[in-house]
Amino acid sequence: MSDQLLWYTTRGAGAVSLVLLSAVVVLGLLARVRFETHGWPRFLSAAVHGDLALMTLVFLVLHIVTAVVDPFTHLGLTALVPFGSSYRTLWLGLGAIAFELLLAIVATSLLRRYIGARVWRGIHWLAYASWPVAVFHGIGTGTDSTALWMIVIDVVCVGAVGVALVWRMVAAPPDPLADERRLAAERASFGAGQ
Amino acid sequence: MQRRTRGGGGGVMSDRVTLGIDRIKCDGHGVCADLVPELIELDDWGYPIIRPDAIPKSVLPHAKRAVSGCPTLALRLQALASHR
Amino acid sequence: MSIALLAGPPATLGMESFAEHQHRLGALPKATRALIDSIERSSLRGKGGAGFPVATKWRSVAAQRAGRPVVLANGGEGEPLSRKDRMLMEQRPHLVIDGAVLAAGAVGAGEIVLYVGADHSGAIQAMQRAMTERSASERKRIRLVSSPVRYVSGEETAAVHFVNAGIALPTSIPPRPYERGIDGRPTLVQNVETLAHVALIARFGDEWFRSLGIGDASGTTLVTVGGAVPQTVLIEIPMGLALADAVNAAGGITSDSDAVLLGGYFGGWVESSTAWGLPLDTDPLRQQGYSLGCGVIAVLPSERCGVVETARILAYLAHESARQCGPCTFGLRAISASAGRVAGLASTPGDLEHIQRWAGFLAGRGACRHPDGAAGLLASALRVFADEFEHHAFERRCSVARAVAAAAS
Repeated sequence: MSDQLLWYTTRGAGAVSLVLLSAVVVLGLLARVRFETHGWPRFLSAAVHGDLALMTLVFLVLHIVTAVVDPFTHLGLTALVPFGSSYRTLWLGLGAIAFELLLAIVATSLLRRYIGARVWRGIHWLAYASWPVAVFHGIGTGTDSTALWMIVIDVVCVGAVGVALVWRMVAAPPDPLADERRLAAERASFGAGQ
Repeated sequence: MQRRTRGGGGGVMSDRVTLGIDRIKCDGHGVCADLVPELIELDDWGYPIIRPDAIPKSVLPHAKRAVSGCPTLALRLQALASHR
Repeated sequence: MSIALLAGPPATLGMESFAEHQHRLGALPKATRALIDSIERSSLRGKGGAGFPVATKWRSVAAQRAGRPVVLANGGEGEPLSRKDRMLMEQRPHLVIDGAVLAAGAVGAGEIVLYVGADHSGAIQAMQRAMTERSASERKRIRLVSSPVRYVSGEETAAVHFVNAGIALPTSIPPRPYERGIDGRPTLVQNVETLAHVALIARFGDEWFRSLGIGDASGTTLVTVGGAVPQTVLIEIPMGLALADAVNAAGGITSDSDAVLLGGYFGGWVESSTAWGLPLDTDPLRQQGYSLGCGVIAVLPSERCGVVETARILAYLAHESARQCGPCTFGLRAISASAGRVAGLASTPGDLEHIQRWAGFLAGRGACRHPDGAAGLLASALRVFADEFEHHAFERRCSVARAVAAAAS
């Protein structure tokens, strides 16, 4: 197999993964703010979010396998261990971390019925860590990180996630009963402020 | 969304299962009403009103999607006899 | 009129001590599985409000395999109009403890929890004192737990939740307490009055218990009679007694009355013409669409308006919601706001219509039966006080207020 093919596939799959992952995060945030239009019903955000997450994993696997198999990179499977590679230890380490976090998030989502909503939600919060880690990995170790097209992709991805994040922070509807529940629980117990 | 039918859909009943709900877990997201409007509609405050009858066979796949799509896992499928 | 629970020293003498209790009634019989058969023949129903057959409940608990059962004697009494549980515990704590011990023996429980409201100090003191008079082996496996007194704190899952986690709010079912309750073990939650009846049935037999009722009814029951009577009293009546006779036994009515609240806030209004003849027995009442509930009978005085009283009760019920379920929290609040405006002769167009519509979406949509109770009370009010609701909503006048003003002038 041509070395160039593997090399370009690694870089391409990496860029596609970043775009997909950013879309996943944006959709997840849209679901959180209960975004809805006439043509985009509520459940679509979460449904496409999940589908794209699976697709992200596919491209990530492609990205990782081609990088490891490529004789030019001298990368072994130790690259999958965070900071286990001697080549660009920090940046590859971040990539490994992002990948493993994503695996955990996707696995727990597929098994959500069996682990319960609370455990699932706790692990899902790791998504807020995995995306920036992936971005730094790309910028730090990406061969194309200085190329204009990659910079444009980076700016669009970071911008989209940034907007969605701000939207979530200002407009996410809280559990409508959050305060009520706390008040009622206080009145029904001998805790503080009876 | 084309499939906005009310009132049951197909005629064949499934093995007498119905939708059960944990009312404390439910936060009124309303995704369920989108996914299975044959069985669920929302009240004035966004909380589900669920038809208590057996789920018709044709609607069952949508009911299952609603169960797995609930953000708080408040919905479940349960045998018809055992409600409360 | 036969009395059983309240036989013995009068209430003015306070708590009946263990010595007096033993002397009057004899030693506590041994608790065996056979007791369940006797309870079944006696047709004893739960006195917590649901009227569930006691033997059936015990069998369900005994049949569970998820650990050694626990008995919870429920003296939570969150219903504000009811006095029976706290007064029974105050005057006859040993009957309650006997019943709990017997229930534990019958279902194989190793542990008993006595659940009492923290505000009911008389009951707590009596139960504590009574505990000191019991045997060492009983004291080792019985503990007294007192919880905040709220309307829902006597609900069976709320009682279990308080024992488990210190919060007296209902939890979702499944699982019900009889399957998994205190510490995840099968838990028999039984009202304290029910347990007191058990203590007597175990001594005197199911036939004796049946004979106390009128006609086909079995046993006696405690009722709290209030409203248009000389004072709020607790009386013991034979099951099957006509409501009018119960009210007369409580001192008779002090004013004309158009309606009676039967079953407390969880029950409903009955027009007096129907109410007086009602037999106070679980099944006959249910067949006619009424409920004895926790034995509250409140006679509406002629100078009080049913619409105003109903709005007051709804405001209370909305306030007392556990606020865990949207339909109950928001539904009750909205209904209460509208009802308050109607009662205050300040209704906006649509208030009455909204009340009727929202009421239809309450039943069965909470984790517990709190919204169902409110819906039932409201439905009965809309029926019994239909005309008055219309006067208030559409003509902004209250017939009762006018009558009271006219009488005063």
